[in-house]
Amino acid sequence: MGESINDPDRDALKAGDEAAFQSLIQRYHGPMLRLAMTYVGDRGVAEDVVQEAWLTCVRSLDRFEGRSSLKTWIFGIVINVARSRRRKESRILPFASFWRRDDSDSHRPTVDQSRFGSDGMWRSGPPSWDNIPESKVLADETVQQVRAAIEALPAKQREVIVLRDVAGFEPGEVSALLGISPASERVRLHRARAAVRKALEEYLR
Amino acid sequence: MNCRQVVELMTEYIEGTLPSDERTRFEEHIAGCDGCRAYLAQMRTARTLARRLADEPVPPTIERELLDAFRNWRRL
Repeated sequence: MGESINDPDRDALKAGDEAAFQSLIQRYHGPMLRLAMTYVGDRGVAEDVVQEAWLTCVRSLDRFEGRSSLKTWIFGIVINVARSRRRKESRILPFASFWRRDDSDSHRPTVDQSRFGSDGMWRSGPPSWDNIPESKVLADETVQQVRAAIEALPAKQREVIVLRDVAGFEPGEVSALLGISPASERVRLHRARAAVRKALEEYLR
Repeated sequence: MNCRQVVELMTEYIEGTLPSDERTRFEEHIAGCDGCRAYLAQMRTARTLARRLADEPVPPTIERELLDAFRNWRRL
C-alpha cells in the first residue's frame, strides 16, 4: 500500500489516450454490467449505473493516485454507484429479499448428502460430461444457464463469483474490493460455483 | 479423505489455497476416483462458462457518449 504500482492502462488514460479508453470500455463493460446487476436487479437500471460509473471515472481520473490497479479502482466505483442506487430504489420499491438471510458464509455441505454412502464415497456420482459434445457444453444456451444460476444466488455469493469468475479479478483483490476476509471470499465462491455446477449437471444430463 | 470431504475442498484446490499436505491427499484421492475427477472438471467448466458472461458488446451509442466525455475531460 502507499506505493504507486506500475499500470500502463492508467498512464495511457491520464495522458488522454482515447484508444486506450475505448479498449477499457470494451473489456470492462460486460463485467461491469453483470456486477451492477448484482445490486440493482433491473437491467436498464444496471446500464445507467455502469454509465454513471464510467463518467465518474473520467471526472475523477486526475485525482486517481494509483494506490490500487486501475481495474480495481473502476470496479470499486461501480460497486459504490450501484449500492447507492439500490438504496435509492429500495425507498420506492420493496427490495426486502435483497439482503435476505442466506447461507453464503455457512460451511454446510454444498452437495446433497444422499449422494454419498455411509463411507462418504459417491453413491451416485456426477455423470461425466465426456460424452457430451464440447459444442453443447460450451454453447451460448449453456452460458445462459450459468447466467440464470448466478442471478438466482444470494447477493453475497453473486458479487464474489462475478468479480472472480466473470470479471477475472485475482483472489485477494476480490476480498479487498468487497471489504471481506479472504476466507469469506473462498467460502462464498465455493458455494456459488457449486450451485452453478449443480445447475449445469441438471441442464446437461 | 472421502468423496464427501473432497468435494468441499474443490474451490480451495482450484484457487491454490489448500495447504500442501491436504493438497497431496486431495490429489491422491482424485487420482483414483472417477466421480471426484468429473466433479473437479465440472467446477472448472462452470468457471470457464461464467467468464463468457463478460463478452457483452458495448452498445455503440453508449460507447460514443463515453468517448465524448473522455475527450471533453481532456480539454478542461
